Amino acid sequence: MSWPHKDLLDVTQLAKADALAILNAAASFQEINSRPVKKVPILKGKSVVLFFAEASTRTKTSFDVAGKRLSADTFALQKAGSSLSKGESLKDTVLTLQAMAPDAIVMRHNASGAAAFIAQRLDCAVINAGDGWHAHPTQALLDAFTLTRRWGSLEGRTVLILGDIAHSRVARSNIHLLRLLGANVRLCGPRTLLPHAVGALGVPVFSNLDEAVRGVDAVMCLRLQLERQQAGLLPDLREYSRRFGMNQARLAKAARNAVVLHPGPINRGLEIASDLADAPESLILDQVASGVAVRMALLHLYITRKEPKE
Amino acid sequence: MSQAELVVRSALPALDPENPVDLFVAKGRVLGLHPAGAYPAPEGAKVHDAQGLVLLPGLTDVHAHLREPGQEWKETIATGLAAAAKGGFVNVFCMANTDPVNDKASVTQFMLDKALATHPRGPRLFPVGALTVGLDGKELAPLEELKAAGCRAFSNDGRPVADSELFRRAMEYASDLGVPVIDHCEDPFLAPHAGINEGAVSARLGLRGAPTAGEAIQVARDCLLAQYLGVPVHLAHISCRQSVEIIRRAKAQGAPVTAETCPHYLALTEEACEGYDTAAKVNPPLRTKDDQLALLAALEDGTIDALATDHAPHAAHEKETPFDEAPNGISGFETALSVTWELAQRGDLSTRALVSAWCVRPAEIFGLPLNRFQEGDPADFLLFDPKARWKVTPQALVSKGKNTPLTGRELTGVVRACFVAGKNVL
Repeated sequence: MSWPHKDLLDVTQLAKADALAILNAAASFQEINSRPVKKVPILKGKSVVLFFAEASTRTKTSFDVAGKRLSADTFALQKAGSSLSKGESLKDTVLTLQAMAPDAIVMRHNASGAAAFIAQRLDCAVINAGDGWHAHPTQALLDAFTLTRRWGSLEGRTVLILGDIAHSRVARSNIHLLRLLGANVRLCGPRTLLPHAVGALGVPVFSNLDEAVRGVDAVMCLRLQLERQQAGLLPDLREYSRRFGMNQARLAKAARNAVVLHPGPINRGLEIASDLADAPESLILDQVASGVAVRMALLHLYITRKEPKE
Repeated sequence: MSQAELVVRSALPALDPENPVDLFVAKGRVLGLHPAGAYPAPEGAKVHDAQGLVLLPGLTDVHAHLREPGQEWKETIATGLAAAAKGGFVNVFCMANTDPVNDKASVTQFMLDKALATHPRGPRLFPVGALTVGLDGKELAPLEELKAAGCRAFSNDGRPVADSELFRRAMEYASDLGVPVIDHCEDPFLAPHAGINEGAVSARLGLRGAPTAGEAIQVARDCLLAQYLGVPVHLAHISCRQSVEIIRRAKAQGAPVTAETCPHYLALTEEACEGYDTAAKVNPPLRTKDDQLALLAALEDGTIDALATDHAPHAAHEKETPFDEAPNGISGFETALSVTWELAQRGDLSTRALVSAWCVRPAEIFGLPLNRFQEGDPADFLLFDPKARWKVTPQALVSKGKNTPLTGRELTGVVRACFVAGKNVL
């Protein structure tokens, strides 16, 4: 399949047709995940470096599983134990990796723009698995995929993104992608966890969750990093939970059949009530399953694009 | 009257370009400025043809980083002064954040020795001593010792003194010595480690931003202290409207405050950081169009007195990192005059304000001899080709610091000669 992009750095690179193509491809890969033998030879002989300079469980594992199910060889590299921890620059580390001729590098890094930085310097495909507070395009794609599976289409739906928007790459990517696919997006969180220029993000902002949730079709809770309290951004976690914690009573104010999402890992009882996390309205585990299919689609699209034309 | 040793023929005075002049120089000083062709050049005098070139007093940069001692891979005093000369600067103040910090006489002396050894004819180097030991903001540096060694100002630039009581005492002590204090205004708690303005671009890119209030709060503190104590303070690299408004009000109330801004705040906005361009990462950060307009107006009405480069060279590999990890700073000597000249050509800034901000006010504020082209003035001047175009490339810059967001851009105006005390140092 022809694919115009070398790298996936941010969803803002994608046209609507690109995003839909990824979701369609993911739908076909989803089927592989339900087979007794979950492996196809599409990427046999290809190698994917999973370069996670910041901690990750689900994204890294998800890419690893996705690569292996397509028969790619995956190699994991973390910051601890890599030359980065010896003071090597990011540029030199990734040039070293490139010299080993991988077909794609999946990278997570704590600096915003890090994926773009390496993509400018590498010939192989770079897939951003989260850079600082900037972007998490594969998470946004898997969220959109999860909701599309549920609803058929995002057109006209309203999604509330709730919590720490300021420090969230998930929020930044989802705001753009959900709108691209026709959804309305709202934001809700304490002022201290919203970017100062939140208006620049172009969506309505609420400080009262009970108002924000009214009539929405989905609530996307964000993970609260617990150190935000120490940083003086919150009085205490109990108060956060009271003001901004998602629960069944609040979800009752949303549209009928409204669902909740969370990129994980969740702090039960803080961002989301424990019973809601496990309720049928919760798509949290569907997101994880979708993640593998979406990442299979992405690895396939970005790696096979590089093959010479026959 | 001495016999002229140098005659500069047919130069165009910056403030009166319709009337070409001849400049007569002897023993490093101005003998006179006369209508072109009014007097013959005396026999034996060197004649410098300046047809079509603009004549300006030499520029004074009260804010630069030359990196020596300690970070010679970024810049040395030799390369820094060469770049300064190429930019038209006859006087250069170098900040104290070297390694070791310039908080003792031996470091000051080392800098002056290096300048003398590599640039005996100029540009002149004026070390700025640290205000506090190690720039740590905890105890005063030996200011008298630093003055005696040759420091012409004191500053904790880059690591501003957050403790207002200590800063007050520093201002008082320095004023006893008759040495100006330069303050980098930044509330370190409100604007932590940010190389981008807090605003639309930082929100989009997911970068920690520095609010303008972080600068303005410290500006307000300094203005209040200056007025209360009756002691002058010079505010470095002002970047935003809020600060301008506070300074304007303070000056109107008689506070002995002076201020500078830099060409990059006038020519660029926060959008230059799009794409995580680390070359545009500078502290204070590039702000918005509205801030730019406020700075231009403030230069025009004298609220902001001076221009300075904040020349901050870094090696290429240091800027070749993700944005958050890159050091702050723009290499500024060689683009400064072209950038501001273009603003004047576009009508964003008057030539009068440009000459005042680059040449007159810095010399007045810091007590340096000033060339007003009157008999006896130091023959510090430059000849500027206002029509020449040049492209900013790493190869075009003699500074070791190639870090400028203007790379690739074509600029107008080239310094053809830079005279310090009657000698061309280009």
